[in-house]
Amino acid sequence: MKTVDFDVYKNMLYEKSGLVITTDKSYLLESRLAPVIKKWNIPDMVALTDKLRGIPDKQLVEDIVDAMTTNETMFFRDQKPFDKFRDLVVPAVLKAKGPNCTIRIWSAACSSGQEPYTLAITMKENAAKWAGIKFEILATDLSKEILDQAKAGKYSQFEVQRGMPIMMLVKYFTQTGDTWTIKDDIKQMVKFQNFNLLDPMDQFGTFDCIFCRNVLIYFDQPTKGKILDKMSKRLAKHGTLFLGGAETVLGITNSFKPLEGERGVYVHSDAPPPAK
Amino acid sequence: MKSCLVVDDSRVVRKVARRIIEDLGFSCEEAEDGVFAVAACQKAMPDAILLDWNMPNMSGIEFLEKLRTMPGGEQPKVVFCTTENDMSFIQRAIMAGANEYIMKPFDGEIVATKFSQIGLI
Repeated sequence: MKTVDFDVYKNMLYEKSGLVITTDKSYLLESRLAPVIKKWNIPDMVALTDKLRGIPDKQLVEDIVDAMTTNETMFFRDQKPFDKFRDLVVPAVLKAKGPNCTIRIWSAACSSGQEPYTLAITMKENAAKWAGIKFEILATDLSKEILDQAKAGKYSQFEVQRGMPIMMLVKYFTQTGDTWTIKDDIKQMVKFQNFNLLDPMDQFGTFDCIFCRNVLIYFDQPTKGKILDKMSKRLAKHGTLFLGGAETVLGITNSFKPLEGERGVYVHSDAPPPAK
Repeated sequence: MKSCLVVDDSRVVRKVARRIIEDLGFSCEEAEDGVFAVAACQKAMPDAILLDWNMPNMSGIEFLEKLRTMPGGEQPKVVFCTTENDMSFIQRAIMAGANEYIMKPFDGEIVATKFSQIGLI
């Protein structure tokens, strides 16, 4: 692909989603946009690029952003954050807000729903211990298409196998052939909403816990900083932020600091050290 | 070193599974049906068993039911690995004492995740 053509995509994706693509990822354009070209009956990439010059169709632009920003996810991805949610976050919130509180959680780039559903299942599994606590899970993603998939709660055999323990699969899913659908009582625990992390976050109120894993890696440093600063205003004083294993706040923002000894877990920079 | 017994009537599947399991740091024995698996367990009880369902002579589920009545037979963690993907089969396996269940096709990552979730690694 010619540099001038590549720049059309690069600029458009940055403007619409904050996604940064570098020339070494240009192969991704062709592979990920192939379904878009097919859907729109466009002969090839050259023709697609031409369509994007001038004033492109809004829906076409949205489809391209969707295709480029969708990333891989799985149930109980990494497992540890969900253990930490159970063992660190919930006790900290209970200490700050009392036993009959509402715990608000934001899954900030929920993709096809595995992360918020895993949280909902974690709550069900601990229902006896956490009786009296009300949980609210907000799950947002940039991509409307992936959100529809998340809301439907339908997964292939391959997807449910990646991470979902078999006892929980039997308990929380129904099966139709090779499709596994999450049960309604779990679905109803999650509220899905279309949201771009570049937009203002004031509408959401305050959360006790934010999961923002494996999404910041797609942004450049200044954009990461802006997103994290906005998130810090949406996180309660006692709140916890989860980032992906390969992500950090160091050198990006002063709003958060890592929680000592807990990889991927962050708290407000002025938060007192946790009681041992 | 922990040990794993791979029970499958397909030599190809056993070979693929062995490679995955050895990469996870296990020593590996193979059995081509439930009868051979019983004999292997009588000789030495493994830490883990990766178990196919449909096999000649003795099926995976028959083997599991027998294993759990054997001396020390409650010890091994048993992970089914089968093309049987119906909920009723999964429930039957759990009732018989299976610890995890993999629906074929599978890959190394799935085996590793399942082994980790049941405390084998």
